[in-house]
Amino acid sequence: MADEAKSFSQQLLGFWVTFATMFKKVNTVQYPEVKEPTAERFHGRHQLNRYEDGLEKCIGCELCAWACPADAIYVEGADNTQEERFSPGERFGQVYQINYLRCVFCGLCIEACPTRALTMTNEYELADDDRAKLIFEKDDLLAPLRQGMIAPPHPMYPDSSHLNYYKGEITGSHPSQAREEQK
Amino acid sequence: MTPEQAVVAVETVSAIIDGAEVTVPKGTLIIRAAEQLGIAIPRFCDHPLLAPEGACRQCLVDVSINGRAFPKPQASCTMPVENGMVVNTQLTSPVAAKAQEGIMEFLLINHPLDCPICDKGGECPLQNQAMSAGRPESRFEGEKRTFEKPINISSQVLLDRERCVLCARCTRFSEQIAGDPFITLNERGALQQVGIYENQPFESYYSGNTVQICPVGALTGSSYRFRARPFDLVSVNSACEHCASGCDLRTDMRRGKTLRRLGGDDPAVNQEWNCDKGRWAFKYLTSRERVKTPLVRGADGELHEASWPEAIAAAAAGLKGKRVGVLAGGRLTHEDAYGYSKFARVALGTNDIDFRARPHSDEERDFLAAVVTNLKTTYIDIDKADHVVLASFEPEEESPIVFLRIYRQVTKRGLVVSSDAPLASRGSKKLAAQLVKGLAEISGLTAQSVILIGERAAETAGALSAAFELSQSTGAKLAWIPRRAGERGAIAAGAIGNLLPGNRPVSDATARVDLQSAWGVKTLPENPGRSTSEILAALNDESLDAVLIGGVDPMDISADALNQLLHTFVVSLEISNTAVTAIADVVLPVAAVVEKSGSYLDWRGIARAFEKGIDDVDLRSDVRILSILADEMGKPINLPTVTATTREIASLGIWDGTQPVFSKRASAPASSDGFTLVSWRFLLDLGSLQQGEANLAGTAKQARAHISTATAASLGVSESDSVVISNERGSIELPVAIGNIADHLIWVPRNSEGSQVIPALGFTSGSVKVAKR
Repeated sequence: MADEAKSFSQQLLGFWVTFATMFKKVNTVQYPEVKEPTAERFHGRHQLNRYEDGLEKCIGCELCAWACPADAIYVEGADNTQEERFSPGERFGQVYQINYLRCVFCGLCIEACPTRALTMTNEYELADDDRAKLIFEKDDLLAPLRQGMIAPPHPMYPDSSHLNYYKGEITGSHPSQAREEQK
Repeated sequence: MTPEQAVVAVETVSAIIDGAEVTVPKGTLIIRAAEQLGIAIPRFCDHPLLAPEGACRQCLVDVSINGRAFPKPQASCTMPVENGMVVNTQLTSPVAAKAQEGIMEFLLINHPLDCPICDKGGECPLQNQAMSAGRPESRFEGEKRTFEKPINISSQVLLDRERCVLCARCTRFSEQIAGDPFITLNERGALQQVGIYENQPFESYYSGNTVQICPVGALTGSSYRFRARPFDLVSVNSACEHCASGCDLRTDMRRGKTLRRLGGDDPAVNQEWNCDKGRWAFKYLTSRERVKTPLVRGADGELHEASWPEAIAAAAAGLKGKRVGVLAGGRLTHEDAYGYSKFARVALGTNDIDFRARPHSDEERDFLAAVVTNLKTTYIDIDKADHVVLASFEPEEESPIVFLRIYRQVTKRGLVVSSDAPLASRGSKKLAAQLVKGLAEISGLTAQSVILIGERAAETAGALSAAFELSQSTGAKLAWIPRRAGERGAIAAGAIGNLLPGNRPVSDATARVDLQSAWGVKTLPENPGRSTSEILAALNDESLDAVLIGGVDPMDISADALNQLLHTFVVSLEISNTAVTAIADVVLPVAAVVEKSGSYLDWRGIARAFEKGIDDVDLRSDVRILSILADEMGKPINLPTVTATTREIASLGIWDGTQPVFSKRASAPASSDGFTLVSWRFLLDLGSLQQGEANLAGTAKQARAHISTATAASLGVSESDSVVISNERGSIELPVAIGNIADHLIWVPRNSEGSQVIPALGFTSGSVKVAKR
């Protein structure tokens, strides 16, 4: 009999955790109505950055693809020409794909990138209903054009070389860089 | 090693490298001796096939002889091993290691940090050796020397001068191996750079090798620039489909697309080299003109896409029970040629098959069956020859790797070369060839001599007989070197009217019975078949009803060949849309060389097998399609795969019974009225497998009409003028080049831009009118 009473009191003791939790601050977030910011260096969707005049930083070197442990990145390089320039220097990334079905968000790719073209954003909403939609193309990954940027292809800043770009000396676009229809 | 080499006693020397004793033939360089012990000394300028240069100094090692040490580290790529030598490499000598580290630091001072955009990145000896022999951190803080980049050495080779480490591999290659010293080191000191002569462009047929042997990314190929990284590529061994030299190639592919081809390493054939055509002419594979679905001509007279069963049924209906000729073409693999040969005999019941899609003769056909099938001459015979005779053969244009072999012996030991060419071409000048009017003028041949006969010998009556006669009377070795890769294989497969597979003569009843039992058929056709020109004539006068055509360009045969096909039932097995597919009734697409496996027999008659690189379910090898077609016709040839074909060819073996005897022909007297046109093809021309590669075409030689000084004077033309060459069919207009040719002869390239001899004049050599324009 005494044992039963003891057992009952122990059961109550067990529910104490439940009871006490009812008065604690709630961790639940009402996602998707409420979205909390991620940690500052959270590894989210990638972004292909641009120089201040809008030219792409990616040179198509494939070091990201080389570094990728999940083989999620596919890159094809190509030649910049006088008529169609996408990046400073000779080479640009013509095809750039990241397969988010494979990506493990380890960040080795952005560490490998020699021009800081590839960085990661904090965007984590990467679910979809179709596998093909999860292979992001260059257009999906390119950073949006900010104020003062001109969409490539366009020439380099007047009287500059690729070295001025790499050293961060280009701080905006020049009117002569815009194509006829953009002017 | 051949038996003769083995018995020659070799003087050897012994030395100690890193504490291990090694015995090598006298004259061996320290760097090679170390390789035998498995010790890798870093190097850039050293290349086993080039003369030692000692340019880069990366291979420094500590050396002492009989206890007396050299005061400073020595370059191991220039110093031969001697008795009593003690060598300490970077592995055992801190002095050597420090010296190598210092040299690496010097090399990297002006080397740009281009690795992310450089094609060599990932397969770069400089990258690798900077890791293994260099300092972990750079101490250099100044500005690097820069040059404008890249500059075009030629339309297909680009030079980034600031990446160059001045190893002189490229300049030594072009001087020592190719004999085209159009590239050189200019300037001195920090500004020293690779350059080209201003008035002589870098037009070498071998320029691609400089890209392959460049130990940094200074020389890159235009067509591969920025296309891939080494880790993207899937490599397969392949054989070159462009000529009969028989080169080993490596084909690199990315996502089912051929991106580049490199010379493979076969010491018995191409060593490590190949020609630019083999390296860069592969754009035809991805051309828009490729045929990928079967086409059948409908009731409306147009070609329509069809399913495979429809197309096979249409082809079978048109061929079954008819009198059919087969034009196989000279570009087939041995297996595919065997498929055509067996299809003609079993499914069509005829010997009317010929692979020769070029000017040909009956003399040649007898020569192929009686003589060529027994030839055993190889590259080693050229290496050992005391005299090489070129009979209707222009090696640099028609078999470039054979040229490299001869050139090497000419420069090494002054090998005597004679040629019966009418024109002293650049190739024969490089070989210092003595030009003779006829083979009869050549004297001093021995059993060590080699007579190389080109396919153009068939164009001159009696030329093959004369060459055969010369070899019979002197004991000199014979070799027959066709231009196309598949011709020797087609002979072995019996894709010609007088031979059955395995060199069995059609006229020999025992050979036919032997083959009947092997194939399990009751009878085989007995009469020797028609030749290509006879098949075309028979189609025209309706003694044949239909024709099965492989990879044949009718313009290579004669100007009328296409017209002769117009009113007959044509089944075409092709890789691309051509003049033949345009008039064909059924077009069956076939796989090109990287899309199938197989083998080519080179001019020596030795097979080089290659693997399939790209899996394309729509494309099958010719032999597979012919097998399906034969099944549909109710006369199966049972060759479902290339592997099964290879096995069947091996099981048939070579005929060891009686051989036909070559009956010599008299030579025709040369016509002497007016001008006589002579021609051969340039290596890079308008050939169908070179289409779509503009960078390669950019280094093709310019077409010029060559005439003698006296002729030029009589016509009143000088170097800047053009002449019009005409006959009753048409004309060609070309700028002239004066000299190097006999009077009353005029030489033009056969199939180059502005000079397509067969379509314009209707023949390849003969009498023409020449006038100043």
